[in-house]
Amino acid sequence: MAEEVLLMKGNEAISHAAIRCGCDGYFGYPITPQSEILETLALVKPWETTGMVVLQAESEVASINMVYGGAGAGKMVMTSSSSPGISLMQEGLSYIAGAELPCLVVNVQRGGPGLGTIQPSQSDYFQSCKGGGHGDYHLIVLAPNSVQEMADFVGLAFDLAFKYRNPAMILADGVIGQMMEKVVLPPVRPRRTEQELIEQCPWATVGKPKNRKPNIITSLELKPEAMEIINLRIQAKYRQCEAEEVRYEEIDCDDAEYLIVAFGSCARIAQKSMEIARAEGIKVGMLRPITLWPFPTKIIAEYAKKVKGILSVELNAGQMVEDIRLAVEGKVPVEFFGRLGGIVPDPDEVVEALKSKIIK
Amino acid sequence: MNREDIIKPGNLVYEKPVLMNDNDMHYCPGCSHGVVHKLIAEIIEEMGMSEKTIGISPVGCAVFMYNYIDIDWQEAAHGRAPAVATALKRLWPDRLVFSYQGDGDLACIGTAETIHALNRGENITIIFINNAIYGMTGGQMAPTTLMGMKTATCPYGREPELHGYPLKITEIAAQLEGTAYVTRQSVETVSAIRKAKKAIRHAFENSMAGKGSNLVEIVSTCSAGWKMTPEKANKWMEDNMCKYYVLGDLKDVE
Repeated sequence: MAEEVLLMKGNEAISHAAIRCGCDGYFGYPITPQSEILETLALVKPWETTGMVVLQAESEVASINMVYGGAGAGKMVMTSSSSPGISLMQEGLSYIAGAELPCLVVNVQRGGPGLGTIQPSQSDYFQSCKGGGHGDYHLIVLAPNSVQEMADFVGLAFDLAFKYRNPAMILADGVIGQMMEKVVLPPVRPRRTEQELIEQCPWATVGKPKNRKPNIITSLELKPEAMEIINLRIQAKYRQCEAEEVRYEEIDCDDAEYLIVAFGSCARIAQKSMEIARAEGIKVGMLRPITLWPFPTKIIAEYAKKVKGILSVELNAGQMVEDIRLAVEGKVPVEFFGRLGGIVPDPDEVVEALKSKIIK
Repeated sequence: MNREDIIKPGNLVYEKPVLMNDNDMHYCPGCSHGVVHKLIAEIIEEMGMSEKTIGISPVGCAVFMYNYIDIDWQEAAHGRAPAVATALKRLWPDRLVFSYQGDGDLACIGTAETIHALNRGENITIIFINNAIYGMTGGQMAPTTLMGMKTATCPYGREPELHGYPLKITEIAAQLEGTAYVTRQSVETVSAIRKAKKAIRHAFENSMAGKGSNLVEIVSTCSAGWKMTPEKANKWMEDNMCKYYVLGDLKDVE
């Protein structure tokens, strides 16, 4: 049977993919530009088909703590929001990372700071990749650049979250959430049975049988010696994640003299810029980080040996550029171009920036 | 009667609940937490729910409750236990899910989660320990601190112009359509303990019968925070706390 090609928004693709991936529960609070995720779930009523729980919470704070509860019980649970709402979730995310629980958080970014704008932005890069909440932790951060990747990354994010017992984030933006594109939804994975869940998550709070110790989900440990050991274990997990889970896409990089690094919707724009520049005879390639954490440090360090300069293109004031510079270690010039506050750059602006900042 | 006669099982008047382990409790002498913990352990056992119960401990003195009762536990962020309980119960509907929270946790930082979980009629029980003070952080003013009562952050006594009024959140809960059983109890005497046990059992049974949300407030002492002997704290509680926080059932839906 041929794959069914559908036309839908990125936000809608998240909802449909979640149901098909065997998600057990969604807890969320409305905020533009991602409210279609909860609206689609409410319309489709998965509780009548797969048994997936869908609940509109009283706040983002409640949403993320519902996710904490569900994740602690071994369930495949998720929430979604946009930048201001994600800020409210940071305490909960820190608890989830500290208690080493798997979950999915979707951030369809809008421009900040503060209440900001409802237009697209990538200004939550630091918050997503560097911690966001308190304590030493990371989210696993996936950056989709199409409606198709919105659908595909739901299952991938859950797989990574359960593999590492760590929260995973799909870091989209208002463009990717709102635009309509063709999409093939992921194959159906049934929700896990109670037996499967208990086998997969022996740590989960499901009720204590006589033959095991109580399962206790907590991030509290008052003894510093023990707390350091917990931190070291979590850090070891992050080192493994950095070694095994880096994902990126290389476009026209083989003969590249210059490199553009961009992610998400910005990578779509930069790809067009690259075509324009190549038509003018400029040999430019693009590296698109798919995992923003773990960051594709090694491959960027490799390109620093080959290219004459690197331009980071972002919908913010220059955030990812810091990670690129850390990877490059001063070997070649690394410059930044971006627009702020919800403005999406024209491809020509990026070409101009490439010429003025890198090629000179 | 010799010793052998006295220890015959037929003469047994008290037994430690099986679910309560032998870990040393961190609570201060005279604190109400230990008594309420014991009641909860007894009720879970008596209901045959030992293998089907998930408890949620708060931030506050009872944060380590999971160290004392051998069931599965989740320790929630400050005030968020009702949100955690909501998800647990919805995702595991056949489990007994309860949260155990103090006044600062439930009636201050977690007011929104408390009100909305109760108002949605989540089939959970919230055990609410009201001792009118923040115990764990060293005796600061709570939302339920009585007028005139001295704490570390109202050292001259609570006054309305500065601090507002003690919050009767249990009365608010009784107004919500989603609540099935709302009651206020205490555990300072044997008869009060027996009544409190009946109330918690009724709340737990309601949760399992799908009747809606249940809130059991236990007016409690904090002898350390109140700077009183345990005996004096009990007396002060009866003379002051129970005048403002009147004991009894506020709502019991059939």
